Amino acid sequence: MDKRFFFEKYGLSERDLEKYLGAALSAGGDYADLYFEYLTCTSLSVDESMVKSASQGISAGCGVRVVTGERTGYAYTDDLAPEKILHAARTAALIASGPAKTPIVSLKDKARPSLYPVTNPASDAELARKVELVFRADKAARAYDPRIKEVRASYADELRRILVIGSDGTFAEDVQPLSRMSVFVIARDGELSAKGNSGGGGRNKFEIFLTEKTPEHFANEAARQAILQLSAVPCPAGEMEVVLGPGWPGVLLHEAIGHGLEADFNRKKTSAFSGLLGKRVASDKCTVVDNGTLNERRGSINVDDEGNSTSNTMLIEKGILKGYMADKLSARLMGLPNTGNGRRESYEHIPMPRMTNTYMLSGDDLPEDIIKSVKRGLYAVNFAGGQVDITNGKFVFAASEAYLIEDGKITAPVKDATLIGNGPDVLTRVSMVGNDLQLDEGIGTCGKDGQSVPVGVGIPTLKIDRMTVGGTGSAQ
Amino acid sequence: MATTVTSVEVDLREMAESVVNRATELGATAAEAVVSEGSEFSTVVRLGEVETLKESGARGLGVRVFVGQHAANTSTSDLSPQGVEQLVRSAIELAKITSEDPMGGIPEAAQLGQIEGDLGLYYDDVYSLSTEERIEHARRAEKAALAVDPRLTNSDGGTFDASIGRKVLANSHGFIGEYRSSYCSISAVPIASDEAGGMQRDYWYSVARTLAKLESPEEVGRIAAERTLRRLGARKLKTQKVPIVFDRQTAGALLGHIFEAANGDAIYRHASFLAGKLGQKPFGSNLTVIDDGTIPGGFGSRPFDGEGVPTRRTTVIENGELKNYLLNTYTARKLNLATTGNASRGLAGTPGIGHGNFYLEPGEKSQEEIIKGVTQGLLVTEFLGFGVNLVTGDFSRGASGMWIENGELAYPVEEITVAGNLGDMFSNLAEIGSDLIWRGSVACPTLRIEGMTIAGE
Repeated sequence: MDKRFFFEKYGLSERDLEKYLGAALSAGGDYADLYFEYLTCTSLSVDESMVKSASQGISAGCGVRVVTGERTGYAYTDDLAPEKILHAARTAALIASGPAKTPIVSLKDKARPSLYPVTNPASDAELARKVELVFRADKAARAYDPRIKEVRASYADELRRILVIGSDGTFAEDVQPLSRMSVFVIARDGELSAKGNSGGGGRNKFEIFLTEKTPEHFANEAARQAILQLSAVPCPAGEMEVVLGPGWPGVLLHEAIGHGLEADFNRKKTSAFSGLLGKRVASDKCTVVDNGTLNERRGSINVDDEGNSTSNTMLIEKGILKGYMADKLSARLMGLPNTGNGRRESYEHIPMPRMTNTYMLSGDDLPEDIIKSVKRGLYAVNFAGGQVDITNGKFVFAASEAYLIEDGKITAPVKDATLIGNGPDVLTRVSMVGNDLQLDEGIGTCGKDGQSVPVGVGIPTLKIDRMTVGGTGSAQ
Repeated sequence: MATTVTSVEVDLREMAESVVNRATELGATAAEAVVSEGSEFSTVVRLGEVETLKESGARGLGVRVFVGQHAANTSTSDLSPQGVEQLVRSAIELAKITSEDPMGGIPEAAQLGQIEGDLGLYYDDVYSLSTEERIEHARRAEKAALAVDPRLTNSDGGTFDASIGRKVLANSHGFIGEYRSSYCSISAVPIASDEAGGMQRDYWYSVARTLAKLESPEEVGRIAAERTLRRLGARKLKTQKVPIVFDRQTAGALLGHIFEAANGDAIYRHASFLAGKLGQKPFGSNLTVIDDGTIPGGFGSRPFDGEGVPTRRTTVIENGELKNYLLNTYTARKLNLATTGNASRGLAGTPGIGHGNFYLEPGEKSQEEIIKGVTQGLLVTEFLGFGVNLVTGDFSRGASGMWIENGELAYPVEEITVAGNLGDMFSNLAEIGSDLIWRGSVACPTLRIEGMTIAGE
């Protein structure tokens, strides 16, 4: 794919970049950077067996950041004319008040292998092929069971080109493809209704939707969940043993500990994990990493939005807190390694430490042994998402598919339930870890301070000895 | 090929009309264009020092076309003549791959229009302060919060934000309308620590369309501090069923779920527990819910909706009876009803459904009197998580708040969930407070609800 995109499309030159960064540092400051972004996206969906509409969009702009000490000035423009970028640079410079500095501008990008296809990403496929995917999903979901009454299937892709130039010689360009399919269904049987959801994708070629992640796969999964939920019983309320299935339930890690280990909260000492580096925060069966370098995963990126290579970062090793996820600002102020976790939603946003793919490594237990060990508890295999208060550590996540475990056997499915816990101690109660690590299918989006970024999660089957389950059924 | 980029000056009204005309020339049988521009300023002051300062402006353009009964839409931030031409051509091209949808289309010409007169949505004073004065507002809010008590030892900062925007909508029936809007806000997020090292945070804010109506930074800081301090030493509860009082913030969140359930899009898909209940009485006689997009100065007010239909006042629930769904043109046609002027539209995508000023009619008692009437129960002041299933109405969310003992607030509680079914919950409103206060586009007085389950230890 064409590198040098911005230089050709907008006629940028090295001199222009020096001029912009010079304006950004005209009142001093420790660091300044320019972030150019050009995003194209397509989405379409089938609804009542019709493609009722289709959308395409283009968004382009440049964000200028100036950092001085702990202070950040930021301005952006969606008009890439030189005088507008200069104006943004001068506005961002208002944060500093000192003698001008001279930026070091380099146009040398580090050679790095790409984690995603550099030719023929999903976004290049013909529209007709994308339309065919959603029709296939609609057909498969309806064929699954006559009780499936509503089906909505969507396909969306984007191609994001970025260019980051920093006053410290940082120079990075990347072309980041991203695509996903999702299927939502409602099943009805007399007075009963239930819904089912499924989806996935990544930074892949279009062909993945024809081989591994087919429309039929997602349609069947959504339909299966909805039919199952028709017979769900009220979820019990109270504390109990909880077993989490592999894959997407890793959203527990994301909420319970992931956000708490983002370096900005720890720099400001506003996280329940502040000051716990080197201390035990989980049982010795738990090893957790954040890895932005997995091929074609939704949470992976070659470089972060500050131009740094991403990495495989050890967060918790055998229960001991080993590291935080850092961006440039946190790394410099805290004396930490820069782990390449500086991300932003778009050129309109200031980068901050964010997760990529966060998961727990496999343990030694067999998943069936884990279930067998539970006398009475909950087996949760699908979740609708969660939230955390990083200061007091309390987190919740909502189970969309869960079952009772009675005398070591999985029994009745239960209705939507919320699990709630305390981040710093939930992992200390992990008593069994399965040998079956799975990553999610590629549908996760994380929100922080109003900015959304794509992420991945994963866990093996896990047993947590005690957690509060919020349902409406009688207490156990 | 290297190119020279020059800045584009555009007249938004002319641009909206020319996009509609161009779409028609290229074969659209109906078209609708939105052009918007806006500026934003925000600053965070943390522990007395400026942490971030952000200032910028943005513009964008979106078009929706119909070629016969085939629809498509495109959007762009590139307002150059080439960018605009590409936008329209892509939309026409995209319409070739979409299905024929007999219900698709823009509103009928007779339905279009706008509320005349000044709705009081725009005040240029929100942008009148100097950078230093803006920073000072944020600094004062944080300082006031931290001054309340020595246990307030840290902070996520004080903020001051301001934004102004202008939106133009035009369509191929000849409709053209525009409005401007303004906002400013102050917030404070203090953090308190107790002897055991436990930390709690909470926040408070004020938001207004004009600086003249913004509460003082000191008032915002003081309330933020009180809300944070009262959380220290929070306990868990035993799993149980007791009366639950929801304060205005959390009651407003519950009412927001009623909006989602009355949203025509969820109704025609039977994806809401209110589907098929029009004219029935699914709730108790003390429940009346109104949507009004015409309240002067309201946070949810605007002269016309996202399709150019005048906004209005719609009774959604009256004395427990479901009177109206909230609809845009498409969902109205699907349900064989008339649009209620609730189309919402950003630049990209198909119009959705949004509320105007959405509220629950207040009752007689103050929050204090409602709490006094509870022997043993819970006051919920915050939700965590999103455990709501609109298809069934099943509700289960994380919560924190205060335990009520003999009509008095006894101690803070956290790490619990509250669960029930939205249909049952709004049928069991034991008390509705008199404290309807607008702090956003949804407002709900204090509510006392019976029969919900608290899950804890």
